[in-house]
Amino acid sequence: MMEILNALTVLINFTVIPALAYGSQLALGAIFVTLIYAVLRFANFATGDMMSFGTMFAVLLTYYFQTIGINFGFLPTALLTIPFAIVAMIIYMLLIDKFIFSYYRIKKSPPVQFAMVSVGVMFVTQAIIRIVIGPSDRRFIDGEKFILKANEFKEITGLNEGITLKSSQAITVIVTIIIVSIMFWFLNKTKTGKSMRAYSDNEDLALLSGIDPKKVVMITWIIAGILATVGGVLYGLDKSYRPFVYFNNMLPIFAAAIVGGIGNPFGAFLGGYVIAFAEIFLTYAYKRFISYLLPESLEPNSLLQLLSTDYKFAISFSILVIVLLARPSGIFKGKTL
Amino acid sequence: MRNYSNVIAAYSIMLVLIIFVGIFQSWSIALTIMNYCLISAVMTIGANIQWGYAGLINFGIMGYTALGGLAVVLVSVDPVKKAWQVGGLNILACILIIVAMVVTVRYILKYFKKSKKRNYSIASIIIGGILVLNVTATPGIEAIEAIDPAKTGFLGGLGMPVLFSWVVGGLFAGGLAFVIGKIALGLRADYLAIATLLIAEIVVSIIKHEEWLARGVKNVIGLKRPAPYEIDLQKSDWFINLVEKFHSKKLSLISSVTEKQEALNQMVIEASSVYVKLCFTGLFLTVVVILLVVTQKALYSPWGRKMRAIRDNEEAASAMGKNIVKEHLLIFVLGSAVVGLAGAMMVTNDGLFTPGSYRPMRYTFVIWVMVIVGGTGNNFGAILGGFVVWFLWVEAAPIALFLINLFTSHMPETHALRVHLIESASYFRFLVIGIGLLMIMRYRPKGIIPEKIIKQ
Repeated sequence: MMEILNALTVLINFTVIPALAYGSQLALGAIFVTLIYAVLRFANFATGDMMSFGTMFAVLLTYYFQTIGINFGFLPTALLTIPFAIVAMIIYMLLIDKFIFSYYRIKKSPPVQFAMVSVGVMFVTQAIIRIVIGPSDRRFIDGEKFILKANEFKEITGLNEGITLKSSQAITVIVTIIIVSIMFWFLNKTKTGKSMRAYSDNEDLALLSGIDPKKVVMITWIIAGILATVGGVLYGLDKSYRPFVYFNNMLPIFAAAIVGGIGNPFGAFLGGYVIAFAEIFLTYAYKRFISYLLPESLEPNSLLQLLSTDYKFAISFSILVIVLLARPSGIFKGKTL
Repeated sequence: MRNYSNVIAAYSIMLVLIIFVGIFQSWSIALTIMNYCLISAVMTIGANIQWGYAGLINFGIMGYTALGGLAVVLVSVDPVKKAWQVGGLNILACILIIVAMVVTVRYILKYFKKSKKRNYSIASIIIGGILVLNVTATPGIEAIEAIDPAKTGFLGGLGMPVLFSWVVGGLFAGGLAFVIGKIALGLRADYLAIATLLIAEIVVSIIKHEEWLARGVKNVIGLKRPAPYEIDLQKSDWFINLVEKFHSKKLSLISSVTEKQEALNQMVIEASSVYVKLCFTGLFLTVVVILLVVTQKALYSPWGRKMRAIRDNEEAASAMGKNIVKEHLLIFVLGSAVVGLAGAMMVTNDGLFTPGSYRPMRYTFVIWVMVIVGGTGNNFGAILGGFVVWFLWVEAAPIALFLINLFTSHMPETHALRVHLIESASYFRFLVIGIGLLMIMRYRPKGIIPEKIIKQ
């Protein structure tokens, strides 16, 4: 019995907890992608850099708050700065929409052209970020680092293996649940949310029934700004803030959005976890886990790793390619938006 | 002739700009820029074949470039005999297993009806195959990577001439494009873009992490060259004489013999690097001209008209009996092969293969900006785009530095803003490229040199 518990602890500590946190971060990004796709109808290649842009404000404000001596007790100061960063992010997004995207929307350009324009936005955003904050790696988490340390867990339960719970991981999961539930409530229950869904479903019909397209677009960018900033800051708290990594994160986020069926927010939410769990479960070395379950004589020699961790990204992309080929509409059935 | 006046004007401006760099910075830098411009031009020709002729969006350029580079290593590097002895059999066995897997999966797909049973059996074949591969490959790979890991630790290549590898690079990329095209070309435009972007990432991650293949992130250096080496040139008499003749006026001004000799030595060193770069320029220019002639002929042939018809109205073309799937696949393979060729050219020019440097920003998005800026569907435009964008990409930093110094000259040297701006001067290239792309898309959506349809 003890052996099985030990094995499970190992599995939870090294795979389930990191995957949950990483999955939440991906899920927020994937909902962002899917929302833009559903309402504005294009694949936004500036996703990663927009998340990076919001996080940049949070990082700078965190530094500023630290110098003037404001802190958030045992929680990271970055959480305090999120509202301000969101406002900055939303202003930036609305400006971009007004000066860049709206022109193509009025012209009813094909989605491919939108995608190319978003590549231009990606370049510009990346330039601004690198000029303002530079490309280096930054850790900006402060406050209590751990909620549960491995030693404490061992003492409490008397097991051989411990569980470490970083506060950034707990915060990530909790904040994600709050944000995502508010968003779904908004989309499904409020009038504005319903008008957004109507607009996404059939633009002409929505216009006929008196929905103001400008308002819908604005609300979409506002929600997108919230998701992008929160997702970016949570990722930065959990790992670290580096613009190049954020740009690369765009790829698993796209994978998550498509796996969940692009245009379907709930699918995107689940898609984030599918990608994260697949990445971590397929690259985890099961040696320690198995050694608890098997008698000593059968103990395995190799690491029992299906794929090396170098292929982390490749796994999510392979899943995506398989999904695209087998079920282009995503693995989760359901209506878009 | 009047029709071409804008083309000629645009190219002359570009040439003048490069000559400016030669005068103000140095001829070596100017030629480096020129060579990269030519390589970029080959890439844009490839991307333009796909996007301009057929409207296929391929964000996987990075993957084909990397494969082209891999081809240079696999063809031109001398084989590592020891590595072949210890691990060659395992690798060959793995290749056989992969071939067997593909054949059985294809057989099942072809001869069995669609059912859950079929899906499960395919999945089990793939999973089982990967497990068997793991078991067969691991000892071989470990043995190969253990052989002199600082220098080799990989299988090496075939030891053939490096120019041959350019063809192989094209073939590699074309082969990959055939597989990808078979499975992904049915997707909608934006899905295809994302799928190709991610597949390219997979290709690069395999090249990066399979060290037995091409040393992965440990890089392969000292690749063969189709041009003479600087050191050999500096020792050969004919070259020194040539430099002496070229600079005879300057040299005659110096009276002392030792000083004269020193000046000559300096000149020979400079001239040797310029000479090598000129050799590359000549080679690359030949490739670009050949490609330009071929693509131009193709564009205005009946085949080119067919491609444009398919691009502009797929349904109508299909109703006229054109096989759209086949044509799309063909053009996807052709365009990718050209990109693969460019990748091989680039690695040859650098003399080293660095898988870690393949990033989507530089090798996919910048190339796309080139195509859009230059002019989609027009080969002259695409090549010009390659030149303009690469020139901006390289020269943006010095220009930005100059402007920053100009505008902050009233500030003290140690002013925080000034120091910060000067430090980040090199990132202004992203800004320039991004704003350039947005401007072109808004005010000249067909590019600097738009597509021209000649009515016959």
